[in-house]
Amino acid sequence: MRDRVWILAGLAVFVAALTFPAWYGLAHAKASSSPPNLVLPVNQKECVAPAGTMRATHMQLLIQWRQDVTRRGDRRFVAYNGKVYEKSLTRTCLGCHNKAGFCDRCHQYSGVSGPHCWNCHNDPQAVARSAP
Amino acid sequence: MRITRKDFLRLSGFSLLAAGCKQAVRSVTSAARPASKPIRWGMVIDVKKCREKEACDACIHACSTAHNIPQIANRAHEVKWIWTEPYAAVFPSTQTSYVPPSFAKGMVPLLCNHCDDPPCTRVCPTQATWKRDDGTVMMDWHRCIGCRYCIAACPYGSRSFNWEDPRPAIASINPDFPTRTKGVVEKCNFCEERLAQGLKPACVEACPQHAFTFGNLADPDSEPRQLLRERFAVQRQPELGTGPSVYYLV
Repeated sequence: MRDRVWILAGLAVFVAALTFPAWYGLAHAKASSSPPNLVLPVNQKECVAPAGTMRATHMQLLIQWRQDVTRRGDRRFVAYNGKVYEKSLTRTCLGCHNKAGFCDRCHQYSGVSGPHCWNCHNDPQAVARSAP
Repeated sequence: MRITRKDFLRLSGFSLLAAGCKQAVRSVTSAARPASKPIRWGMVIDVKKCREKEACDACIHACSTAHNIPQIANRAHEVKWIWTEPYAAVFPSTQTSYVPPSFAKGMVPLLCNHCDDPPCTRVCPTQATWKRDDGTVMMDWHRCIGCRYCIAACPYGSRSFNWEDPRPAIASINPDFPTRTKGVVEKCNFCEERLAQGLKPACVEACPQHAFTFGNLADPDSEPRQLLRERFAVQRQPELGTGPSVYYLV
């Protein structure tokens, strides 16, 4: 047991290194395990599909809309409850949703930085803000 | 399970019969449905009317506002959907030595010809540009990889490349239409988004002289067809075999 000090010191370093991400996260408070504080639409109660479906498959729906509108010129979307919507990211999705408070916040929380939608598509609220 | 020769032949016979019935039903039902009228969008531009108003750029301005076209001063980077050039540059093969100088120097509005047989769509490696059933040569900017092969193929210079981020060069963004991004090709889309709402293209509506006439070239009673019956019109370089759908009354 002559090496007890060294073993304990080594273990302490090991545990500190192992738990470093958690300490770092707590210290820099950028990440948290609590769900994101999303800005939800106020003028509408329901989306073009149930919330669970949208959460899981909104990317497939957006790609489907994109193909339908650009490739087939089909802009009419009949929702699961029979309501008719225009297949438009700017007018339909962002007509209710807040891009910064909803899309961006959740994508940031989930660590999804993939889509380049906003390189071309406009956020009407941001455009209205920047207009003189 | 063993299948006898008799069963096999019987099954094959029924299958053939079923396939035949399906064909018969399909041909009967498709004959019963009225055939939808073909659409071929086209435009007739009255050059004389266009010139009546000097230094007018109403059509260009309307198009730029509707489609978020960046205004870039550097000619190597500029983006054009509708623009003007001198008559001699627009119709190089119809030049004679005795064209009235006033006419030869005057400007002519240009836009994508939305050809019958567009060379740009044939060369696109990703099918980001293609001809729709209504004749509009469309672009899918999601899909464009910026190879610029279409720019090389288009004999009319109708396509522009975004060498830089266009957003800073757009005075006020129209949120209803996307901007483009650095590295994609763009061109006139015949106001496809307005046609879908039953409107006419922005340039047609904006022209104070009503020099543009837009309509269905496949319909003999349409406005452009009536004009083309009454007056002599030319296309840009028809000898190339692209079949432009933009006609000029000269």
